Amino acid sequence: MINIFEVNETNKMITQENLDVRTITLGISLLDCIHDDLDTLNENIYRKITTVARDLVATGEEIEREYGIPIVNKRISVTPAALIGGSACRGPEDFVAIARTLDRAAREVGVNFLGGYSALVSKGMTRSDEYLIRSIPQALAETERVCSSVNVGSTKCGIDMDAVRLLGQMILETAQKTKEQDSLGCAKLVVFCNAPDDNPFMAGAFHGVTEGDSVINVGVSGPGVVKHALAEVRGKDFETLCETIKKTAFKVTRVGQLVAQEASRRMNIPFGIIDLSLAPTPAIGDSVADILCEMGLEYAGAPGTTAALALLNDQVKKGGVMASSYVGGLSGAFIPVSEDQGMIDAVKANALSLEKLEAMTCVCSVGLDMIAIPGSTKASTISGIIADEMAIGMVNQKTTAVRIIPVIGKDVGEMVEFGGLLGYAPIMPVNPYSCEAFVSRRGRIPAPIHSFKN
Amino acid sequence: MKKTIITVVGTDRVGIIARVCTYLAENNVNILDISQTIVQGFFNMMMVTDATQSPKSGAQIAEELDAVGQEIGVVIRCQHEDIFNMMHRI
Repeated sequence: MINIFEVNETNKMITQENLDVRTITLGISLLDCIHDDLDTLNENIYRKITTVARDLVATGEEIEREYGIPIVNKRISVTPAALIGGSACRGPEDFVAIARTLDRAAREVGVNFLGGYSALVSKGMTRSDEYLIRSIPQALAETERVCSSVNVGSTKCGIDMDAVRLLGQMILETAQKTKEQDSLGCAKLVVFCNAPDDNPFMAGAFHGVTEGDSVINVGVSGPGVVKHALAEVRGKDFETLCETIKKTAFKVTRVGQLVAQEASRRMNIPFGIIDLSLAPTPAIGDSVADILCEMGLEYAGAPGTTAALALLNDQVKKGGVMASSYVGGLSGAFIPVSEDQGMIDAVKANALSLEKLEAMTCVCSVGLDMIAIPGSTKASTISGIIADEMAIGMVNQKTTAVRIIPVIGKDVGEMVEFGGLLGYAPIMPVNPYSCEAFVSRRGRIPAPIHSFKN
Repeated sequence: MKKTIITVVGTDRVGIIARVCTYLAENNVNILDISQTIVQGFFNMMMVTDATQSPKSGAQIAEELDAVGQEIGVVIRCQHEDIFNMMHRI
């Protein structure tokens, strides 16, 4: 039988080390909502989401109370809207109407974010994809809970540079349209390479076309738990370090597995995957950067950071994989700047630059995440940053992403406040030299040689 | 049988166990096992209980015990045993 020490260990993780389940994300396919009349389409979407997700928030809260584990977010992901609106939308403004419907449905069922205002254009854009991408600034300015993502590249297809160029402009336009709120719209827009179909984390979640009608995906968290465990083995060798991370990741993931199974059973919706991610929050003691410091770095960004992060990411996966029946999503360590107090401190101390963050994305789960840059940054420069990050994903056969916020009216050294889980960030300098002539070229970057595996 | 783990942590005083047990008896929750220690001056108790015969749901019992704890100045958590089983048993 469970003993008092085990019970106390679990409860200490929850009450003192910020152990929580970061999100239960309900994926809903909207493929059966497709209609060529825009009003009917919107009605179908609203009805489907509010029916399938009716009990999501209540079920999440019930599990929270019964097991005594906080479940921070209950969210929804839907089929990429560009596929759903194809036959009904005659222009970007029609897609904005879909965004408003998604927002209304999210509010009705009480979820704080709904992802899937998305397009998958790794090889090329259909007319409908392009309409959706062009509608993103207006859609994010008009809605509160809708999150958008665009997959512009993959190892199999290469990088669609036309989409990369367009997104540089759209990010800047989104920043303009939401400048009253420190360009918050950009915090809800992710550009991906190799986007997974089953990612439960926002802002990049969408319900892939390979998925079933509805599915429960769960994202775990727990940087604080890993940090505390590592504090116990300070100064020990790498073997001890790795074993400690693995064991901790196992325990954290088991909680996610339990919550996912329960949510699935109670809502009668199949369980999809657990995303084994160390997802930080701006709360003190819930930081991935703090883990790197606990390993022996003065600040995240110091020499050795990439190696420490690679080790962390790998051990989290090795520990977590056995704890769950299905693992998927992004799975690794997240390194957002504004959502991680240790990262913010590192930027403030000039220990962490955009270039170092780029290097770190080669070995961890996502990419350049929640980074505030000057609002005066050129669209072509943003496209260049996106292209670099996409190339890392494409060549290394991993997911990479860019969620970057050019804050209109602010410059390097100033702070920007997004509020809540999105946190706050110092504005970081961007390399001032131009890539205009490079990103202005039309077409796409071909898939790398090692994609030809057949 | 689904078991529920109740933990009580706080400054030691007269009547903590009595207060918790009274609540459990009133709500038809059976106590299967009790262990208790004093850690660094703090009262630390764990009970394994069977709440399947209780008219109240696990979530409701957890909420009410939390209120009882606030009344007597200790932290009472009531959790389904599976969260501990999952974490500590393969």
